[in-house]
Amino acid sequence: MSADVTRREFVKAGAAVSGLIVALQLPAYARTAAGALARAGSVLRPSAFLQVAADGTVTLWLTKSEMGQGVRSSLPMIVAEELEVAPAEVRVEQASADPKYGEQFTGGSSSVSGLWQPLRTASAQARDMLIGAAARTWGVPAAECAAEQGTVVHAASGRRLPYGALVAVAAALKVPESPRLKDPKTFRVLGRNARRLDTPPKVDGSARYGLDVRLPGMVFACVARCPVFGQPLSGYDAARARAVPGVLDVVPLESGSLAVGGFWTYRLPGAVAVVAENSWAAMRGCKALDCRWDATSGVDSAGLARIFRDRAAQGGILGRNEGDAETALGRAATLVEATYDVPFLAHATMEPMNCTAHVRGGRCDVYAPTQFPTGAQQVAEALTELPPAAVEVHTTIMGGGFGRRFEMDWVIDSIRVSKAIGRPVQVVWTREHDVQHDNYRPASYHVLRAGLDGSNRVVAWSHRVVAPSILAWHAPGALAPGSPAAASEALDGAAELAYGIPNLRVDYCPVNTPVPVGWWRSVYASQNCFANETFFDEVARAARRDPLELRRELLADSPRHLAVLNLAAERAGWGSPLAAGRGRGIAIHKFFSDAIVAEVAEVSIGKDGLRVDRVVCAIDCGLALNPDTVAAQMEGGIVYALSAALRGAITLEGGRVKQSNFNDYRVLRMSEMPRVEVHIVESADDPHGVGEPGVPPLAPAVANALATVTGRPVRKLPLATA
Amino acid sequence: MAAYSLTVNGTRQTVTAPAEMPLLWVLRDLLGLTGTKYGCGIAQCGACTVHLDGAPVRSCSVPISAAADKRVTTIEGLTPNRSHALQRAWLELDVPQCGYCQSGQLMSAAALLARNPSPSDQDIDAAMNGNICRCGTYQRIRAAIHRAAGEA
Repeated sequence: MSADVTRREFVKAGAAVSGLIVALQLPAYARTAAGALARAGSVLRPSAFLQVAADGTVTLWLTKSEMGQGVRSSLPMIVAEELEVAPAEVRVEQASADPKYGEQFTGGSSSVSGLWQPLRTASAQARDMLIGAAARTWGVPAAECAAEQGTVVHAASGRRLPYGALVAVAAALKVPESPRLKDPKTFRVLGRNARRLDTPPKVDGSARYGLDVRLPGMVFACVARCPVFGQPLSGYDAARARAVPGVLDVVPLESGSLAVGGFWTYRLPGAVAVVAENSWAAMRGCKALDCRWDATSGVDSAGLARIFRDRAAQGGILGRNEGDAETALGRAATLVEATYDVPFLAHATMEPMNCTAHVRGGRCDVYAPTQFPTGAQQVAEALTELPPAAVEVHTTIMGGGFGRRFEMDWVIDSIRVSKAIGRPVQVVWTREHDVQHDNYRPASYHVLRAGLDGSNRVVAWSHRVVAPSILAWHAPGALAPGSPAAASEALDGAAELAYGIPNLRVDYCPVNTPVPVGWWRSVYASQNCFANETFFDEVARAARRDPLELRRELLADSPRHLAVLNLAAERAGWGSPLAAGRGRGIAIHKFFSDAIVAEVAEVSIGKDGLRVDRVVCAIDCGLALNPDTVAAQMEGGIVYALSAALRGAITLEGGRVKQSNFNDYRVLRMSEMPRVEVHIVESADDPHGVGEPGVPPLAPAVANALATVTGRPVRKLPLATA
Repeated sequence: MAAYSLTVNGTRQTVTAPAEMPLLWVLRDLLGLTGTKYGCGIAQCGACTVHLDGAPVRSCSVPISAAADKRVTTIEGLTPNRSHALQRAWLELDVPQCGYCQSGQLMSAAALLARNPSPSDQDIDAAMNGNICRCGTYQRIRAAIHRAAGEA
């Protein structure tokens, strides 16, 4: 990966890599593996992703990680559509981190959109080769044959052969370079509600997550790090830990850094691992270490807030500059100004971080619930100094990802401990460790200004974003926090403001803090959309305009935005009367996956404070492959964002995170769940990713609703502290 | 260390463990029943919910000494074939996303239906509030409980 890619570009580059894998690798692949197999006559494998075996079994090698978003269903559905089989007949096999599949990562809401063309193409290739084989067998033109339910039929003669019987002949045919893809109007699988294929093992306890990996001779380990970021432990009591029943070993892990892939640099803070016969003994042993550190070092949240404000007073890196915002603001009849504070957030996936590794004589196996198998592979190679062929990453399903499982800290832990003790080991992070050693959604500070002319038209908009750079944290050697790539990433959702305003200026002020930062579901759009869309309502109030009407006016040239906005507003009953003490707010965001989401929140203030009663969501995601999965992702994004909006905050004191578990890092529970309604805009466009886009509009929609009830603008998250 | 006998999913088991070892880790690490999940360790998330003599408990906070000579039912023992009305409703409404919390959700819901065959929304709130889902499946869980109650 080159040093000048943003995450979005990274995602696009990754998608492009995936997109090209058939085209670029097919010739070589066809000459080698597929060619050899074709001669053997055993399987038809037109691409690395897809195979039809002589018994008719269709296998999809899944290069994406399942973390709840449904790739184990959505991607087989694409294959089933073009290959003319039932989705349940597509056997899913998790691909290992092998270069033949291209770069493997799951993020940026890019799984379906990135594999849409490659999987359709590979499936259509297989289908056309099977049709060709039948035509050859029967001595009829291929045009007279059709694929249907795992068979090829010749309607004129009533003949029919199952795919399996055609594989040997088909495998000897040339792979068509540009097979005919089905007209979406003829889709029988895609675009319809379908039950997910991976649900049954999730209702009987048989689904195996990372924490459920069990290997012969395996032991468990728990790791202690200094709670003050960037500081070493000054001491610990290894003897006390060893005295805990079940504890087998205490393994110090040296500090350092690990550069891999020509781009990433992973920090290796000094740590100590307690190895034990079972998870609980390892956790107890870890507590018994009684770790010590220099308690006077480190930053606190108040100090960081001052640093952010000071940085805002200096110049920023331009992300967008149209017209002359400064002059227009200076001449405005009405100037609207506000600043916004957004906190650090933990991911808090339900399954705490964990990884199982087995390093032994010349071989390394890593069993990782990871969003980034390629990264895990590179890390394992670097730590063990083994050649790629001796390292295998087995990607497990995972109990939530949300960006946290893109990181390598917990993968590195397991490989280092296994290497030290020469046994298979499962490193288990406690929830406390998970909350206190995350790569957090960056805190941010926003300075927004807008100018209205004498007719209350919005003529100028300026947005300054102050935040740490996620990219620079991960690639300090490759790019600076102020580099264009870092700025582009941090301004995601701010620079692309869709409103038709003639004078626009958006810039970025990077700040360095010792707090590890990472990609959190929807990334910087989660902060920038909150600031934009909450400020927009302040502008609407200043202009004495209905916030929906003003949005419609300024989005007049964006028909997709308008359709989504109108659908959400209409289904929410925008403008209909509400009882006293209730309020309604709207927000809209175009995510970088090109999906557009609008949400209308209805809130009330009762004896228990703010309550979100209802959220109406509208989305344009292109073709919704499985509308029910799209709805589930919107429901999930709304809950994830609502947890954050209401109470989510990671705060620092003495350099360490104050929160530690679900008692003080509180998330939404059943009794607080609003009624959520999801409406999908009809569209024949290629699919746009839906994993993240439900998140950004939620906080501003709720904040805008709350402001109509209290009469006070919201300028800070979480709302419980606003 | 001491030996403890308990009945897990109808089978008599004897384990040797420290008295304070949580039932969760006995199930997962000593008995190999990994369907019960670790989420927080302090009875805040409900991922480890099992039935102890029929009552829902957070197994992360029940020492093995307190489970001795009792009947434990885990998700693996709820039914042998996903036939519980709740499991069927979970499948019909595609409740799970990542699925990690769903063992605990199902065990809490099963305990609710066992004592209250037609729960109201308020009953569901009260019974299910201890079970966190980070994927945000609460709305479907509620609908699935109502559906299962309707069938029961």
